[in-house]
Parts: sequence; C-alpha cells; structure tokens
Amino acid sequence: MTRKQRRMILVVAGMASLSVGAALVLSTFSDNLVFFYSPTDVALKQPAAGRMLRIGGLVEDNSVTKFDGGTRIEFKVTDGAHDMPVSYTGVPPSLFREGQGVVAEGRLDDAGMFRADTILAKHDERYMPAEVVEALKKSGQWREDQAASAAASPALVGRP
Amino acid sequence: MSAFTVSVDELGHFALILALAVAVVQSVAPLVGAARGHRGMMDMAPSAALLQFGFVALAFTALGYAYVTSDFSVRNVFENSHSDKPLLYKITGIWSNHEGSMLLWVLILTAYGAAVGLFGRNLPPALRARVLAIQGMIGVGFLAFILFTSNPFLRLAAPPPDGHGMNPILQDPGLAIHPPFLYTGYVGFSMAFSFAVAALLEGRVDAAWARWVRPWTLVAWCALTGGICLGSWWAYYELGWGGWWAWDPVENASFMPWLSGTALLHSAIVVEKRGTLKTWTIFLALVSFSLSLLGTFLVRSGVLTSVHAFAVDPARGAFILGLLVTVIGGSLALYAVRAPALRSTGTFALISRESALVLNNLLLAMAALVVLLGTLFPLFLDAIHGPKVSVGAPYFNLVFGLLMVPLIVVMAAGPMLTWKRGDLPGVLARLRVALVAALIVAGATLYFSGGRPALAPIGLGLAAWLAIGTLGDLAGRLKLGRAHPSETWSRARHLPRAAWGMVVAHTGIAVVIVGITASIAWKQEGLQVMHPGDSMTVAGDTYRFDSVGPVEGPNYSAEEAVVTVLHDGAVLVVMHPSRKAYPIQKMTIADVAIHTTGFSDRYVVLGEPQGENGWTVRIFYNPLVPFIWFGALIMVFGGLLSLSDRRLRIGAPSRQTKPAGELHVTA
Repeated sequence: MTRKQRRMILVVAGMASLSVGAALVLSTFSDNLVFFYSPTDVALKQPAAGRMLRIGGLVEDNSVTKFDGGTRIEFKVTDGAHDMPVSYTGVPPSLFREGQGVVAEGRLDDAGMFRADTILAKHDERYMPAEVVEALKKSGQWREDQAASAAASPALVGRP
Repeated sequence: MSAFTVSVDELGHFALILALAVAVVQSVAPLVGAARGHRGMMDMAPSAALLQFGFVALAFTALGYAYVTSDFSVRNVFENSHSDKPLLYKITGIWSNHEGSMLLWVLILTAYGAAVGLFGRNLPPALRARVLAIQGMIGVGFLAFILFTSNPFLRLAAPPPDGHGMNPILQDPGLAIHPPFLYTGYVGFSMAFSFAVAALLEGRVDAAWARWVRPWTLVAWCALTGGICLGSWWAYYELGWGGWWAWDPVENASFMPWLSGTALLHSAIVVEKRGTLKTWTIFLALVSFSLSLLGTFLVRSGVLTSVHAFAVDPARGAFILGLLVTVIGGSLALYAVRAPALRSTGTFALISRESALVLNNLLLAMAALVVLLGTLFPLFLDAIHGPKVSVGAPYFNLVFGLLMVPLIVVMAAGPMLTWKRGDLPGVLARLRVALVAALIVAGATLYFSGGRPALAPIGLGLAAWLAIGTLGDLAGRLKLGRAHPSETWSRARHLPRAAWGMVVAHTGIAVVIVGITASIAWKQEGLQVMHPGDSMTVAGDTYRFDSVGPVEGPNYSAEEAVVTVLHDGAVLVVMHPSRKAYPIQKMTIADVAIHTTGFSDRYVVLGEPQGENGWTVRIFYNPLVPFIWFGALIMVFGGLLSLSDRRLRIGAPSRQTKPAGELHVTA
C-alpha cells in the first residue's frame, strides 16, 4: 500500500465513523426532545401515551387530593380553557400550591392521566414560568396584573 | 441616608466611568505602539491595566459598602438585600444579581490584566502590549455594558425603609463563594484569548508563547473545576432532590468552557513541546473564552427563562448580542485571515503522544459540541417561535458517556507514549497490569451487583484502568521497588511538577468516575408519611422519626425534625432536617440533613406536613457521592501542582534576548 492509499483509508474511515457518530447523536437527540404542552394542546393534539413531555398551567383550585397517606398527590392543571389530571409521587416543591403556576415533566398513561416524574420548582411566588404565561395568553386567561410578576422573574438558579 | 454614604455611591459610579476611560486608552495606545515599534506607547499598557483595576476595585468596594450599610437609596441594594440579612449574605448579595455579578466579572478581568502588568516583565514588550490591549477591549465592552444597561449604582429618589431581601435558596455559604470561583475560571480564559489574538496579530506562535499561555489557562481551569464542583455540591445539599447534576442549562453553561479549556490545556503542551497543533490551539483559546462569555450571559441575562425576555429590556439584549458577535465573530474572522500563516513544524506518526493528545482534543471538543447542541437548541426553537422543548437528561447521559469511554481509555495510555513516534506494543505491555485490574474490578462488580445496571462494571472497570495505568506509569518512572529507595526518592524529586500534576489530576478523574458510577448505580431512596415514633428502612438502616419542633433563626422560622438513624440496631447518628419559612420572601425551603461517612451519604428531606402530626419524609442513601467532590479536589490539586512547576514560574525563556543597551523611546 502506498502512503497515499493509506491516507485515503484513514480519511474514509474517519468520515465513516464521524457520520455514524453524528447519526447516533441526532437520533438520541430527537428521541429526547421533550415538548411542552398546555392542557389545550393536549386536548387538541392528543400526544401519544408513553412519550416524555412537559405540561404546564395553573394548579386548579380545590383539585389537590392526597393518596397513600400523602406520598402521592393528584391534581388538575388548567389553562382556563381545558384541564387535565396529573398524578405525582413524591415531595412536591415548596412552592407547589393551588392557584399557582406549575410545570410537570412525565408521561401520559392510557387513561389520559399525566404521570409526572418531576414537578419543576423553578419559580418563587412572584414569578410564573414563561411557558405557563404563554399557555395562559393563548387560552385568553392571562390577566395583565400577572404581567408584572412574570417580568420580575429572578435570575434563575433552578434545577429540578 | 447621610451625606457620606451618598458620596460613596457616587464615588463608585464615577470610578467605573474613569475605568471605562482608562480601558479605552489601554485598548488603543499599546496596539498602535506595538504596530509602530513605539516603546513609550507600548509601556502605557501595564500602567493602564493597573489603573483600570484600581478604579474597578474602588467601584466594587463602593457597592460593597452600600450593601454592608444597607443603603437602600441604591436600587440594586434595595432589590437584593435586606437589613435583617446576615453580614455574609449582605456581602455575597453584591454578586447575587445581574448588575453586581457583571461588576465582579470586570473586577476579575482587570485583576488578570493587572497581574500581567505586574508579573509580565519577561514578556516581549510588543506581545505584552498587544495582550493588554485586547484585555482592555474586553474591559471596554463590559464596562460600557454595565454603565449603559446594567448599572448597579442607579439611585432611588425616595429610599424605601427596607429591601426585598435575597432569594433564601441563595443564602448559603457554598453558593455564596461559588460565583467568584466560576468567574475566575471564565475570565481566566480571557488571558488565553488575548494571547491567542495577540499571536494572530503578530503571526507567530512558538514554544515560549505556549509556555506563557499555559499558567493562565491552568489558573482558569483550576478555578473553573472548583467552581463547578462547588455548584454541584450546592445543588446536592440545598435543593433536596438527592442528585448532584441534572444537565440543566445553568450547569451546562459552566461545563462547556471547562471541556474546551481542558482540551486547550492539553493542546498547549503539544505546541510547547513539539511546535505543532498551533492553529488548533489558537482556535481552542478563542472558543474557550467564547463559551465562557456565552455561559456568563446564558445564566445572567434571563434568556433561559425565555428568549423573548430580551424584549423586556431591548438595550440589554442588543448589547449582549453585539458583544458576543463582536468577540466571537471578530476573533474568528481574524483567525480565518491569519491562522494559515502560522506554520507548524513538527510531524508525528499515527501512534505517538501527539496523536493521543489530538484524540483527547477531538473527544473533548465533540463533548462540548454535544452539550452545546442540547443547551442551545431549545433556545433556538424558541427564538424562531417554534414549539417549546427541552432536551432530556438521557440524551446527555448517553452521548456524553459514550464519548468519555474512549477518552478514558486513551488517558491511561497517552502519557506513556513517546513524542513523535510511539511504541504501541511496548505501551500495551506496560498496561497489562492496568488491563488485568480493570477486568478484575469489572468482573467482581458484575458478580456482586448481579449485572444491573450495566453501567456499574463499565464505570468501575474504566476507573481502575485509569488509576492503575496512571499510577503504574508513575511507579515505572520512579523505578519503585526495582531500584534502591534512594534512587526512587531522587527520581521523585527530579520529576517535573507538571508530570506530578498530570498524575494527580488523572487519578482525581478516576476517583470522580468511581463516585459518579456508584451514586447512579446503587442509590436507594424511600418516601413515606411519618408520625413521631414511625420508622422507615432505607439501604438496611432504620430511620426513626422522633419529633418535630420550632426553631427561630435570624431571618427565618423553622420546623425542625429529629431523626435517629440506627445501623445494626445501634444509634449511628441523630439528624435534623428542617423546613425554614422566610417571611420577607414568603418562601419555605426544605433544609436537607446529610450525614456523610466520606464513603456514603445519608440524606434526609423533611417535606410538607400531612394531617395530624404527620410529615412527608424523603430519605436517600447515596453511596460514594463524596468521591465526586474529593476527586474534583484532587484534580484541582493536580492543576495547582502543575502550576507550581519551575518551568512555568520562572521558566519562560525570552524568545528574544534583550540587547544590552536597549533604547527606551519616551513619548
């Protein structure tokens, strides 16, 4: 084999492994894209059960019920137009309460119940998650007095 | 407010304006001097750098004074502080917000510039002038940004009686000292950046250049490693979710410059020793600082909440974009024009230490790209009004993990290869012990854990391979056990500190891998509503919930639980998790109780009250999590050891010997 041929083989092998790597990265990437849905989006688009997604809106008043001695909660998330049931096992973040904005990450089950793995705690009482603001605006439930609090969002330090 | 405090604020504001003026001079005059060979103008650079540092330090002190004295006529203090806050958090309040953190950023930037002014005497005058001019330009950008869009000295006409206070989650010593570390790291890469741009301007990169760049990069790397570790530690013990890393954009922002900075650290060695990989090293220097800038702004600008949050303050958003485009675009354009002129001299074979370091660089660069894609893609979709998405942790775990496997395999073998042309069979023979150790560890893990999860044997096997390979190489170099102890001792003393640093840092990575693997593979948790007297068993330990009582703190009131941990029937420890209510911010924060043995953590979170006397309690058993912090500390120690290398301290042989009777042209 000449020097040139050897180099060609190297280049081809490099390109091949690079494209395999890129394909792998991109397919993993698209599998792990988590889309955000408001309750209205869920009602309209009917996302497939079992796929990871985020939902957000307000925790509906008088909807939080405790099960299993308080370790599992069920509540409804609403954007005013539609609502959907959510079930979560664990300690909800300190700021989780009725009437407040919430973002939950998890999967829909076959019965249409959203099984949340995580409830995101990226907000304090002055602040509403941007996704929730947008969902409320879309459904026409946005009140301008909430605008000030949304704008005053603190520099985030949040992790789930 | 007394007349005196008013004048201190004004003094700070004024000092900041003067710093901007000095920075403008610093970024122009030395550059002109260097281009024309005018020594007097070049020599303005160090004085300007010191003066700029002095003014920024004055401004920073003034803001600090406003915080400590709770001067609520300053809007920034009013919005972020409160007179009831403990002194420590009044001080750290300075950088807990956007405006103050930008001021801290500039303070560190000018401190680096002043360090070059003070200690850069052995640099060729033209190079020093150019480096400081670039530093001056970065200073101009940031000082203008602060003064025009993010001024921390803005006043309120009618000072309110008290402030908003600080987010209680931020009131913690670990987080309080975390930004200065992180910024020392971020800004430290500005030195590599300035040296790279100066080298592009001069059209010359050589061993001496690499030797000057390395210590600055090492300082930045050590600080950033420490900062990321502190941030992760804080997230672990403060946020109460039992984990230590979530691939959150805030974490990724600091991790991306770390990855490219680590690559830079290694490629600079090749430039120094072999005079090759020059353009790539310059490129990495530009990229590392660009990622640092991106990281600073990602976290501080509110863009993570929503890209369109920029619209709230268009001036600020436009300024940030302008700065990023100028720095990244400008430096890359200069790179495109000038880099081809840089000639690499050395050639090397496919199997050589150079090749191993190239592979290291490729893998680290790809890892940085993978993290960048996952961090910026949701922002990109948001910006074009696409669907709202986030990128799940499994993407990062899988792709990043797969990239790290070959990196660790090469990490043990690379240092054994010789420069230019390596002896692969010889190196493999020397790695026999490491291979056997790795297989034994992986096999034993597989046997004892029952093969689930598959991550455990792979992770621990790789850690054993790396640790035994690295330490075995050291033993070989010292002829440990094969020569008289006095010879080993003498060899150990004569081994360069940089080599010791490499051994220590690589061993630290092995320790980190052990911690990460075990904490993911064998973490256990329990969740239950507990009443006084109830018990819960997690990982073989019994946690007895004894009582809950009120505790009053300086700016909070808490409910504190007493949890007794029984191990084999004997009392191991009594833990006190609590929930703190902060009345000023109307927030309640769970304060986690952690008992660590150094090998494992017992981690108890007190949740919400449930009915009569009941409380939700969440308990984690986290094996080997402390190894992650220990390993990171070992890595930082390795970096510092390398930094103390004689060659880097005084080494830097001047690349041009000074003529005896040098002409001093005075302006």
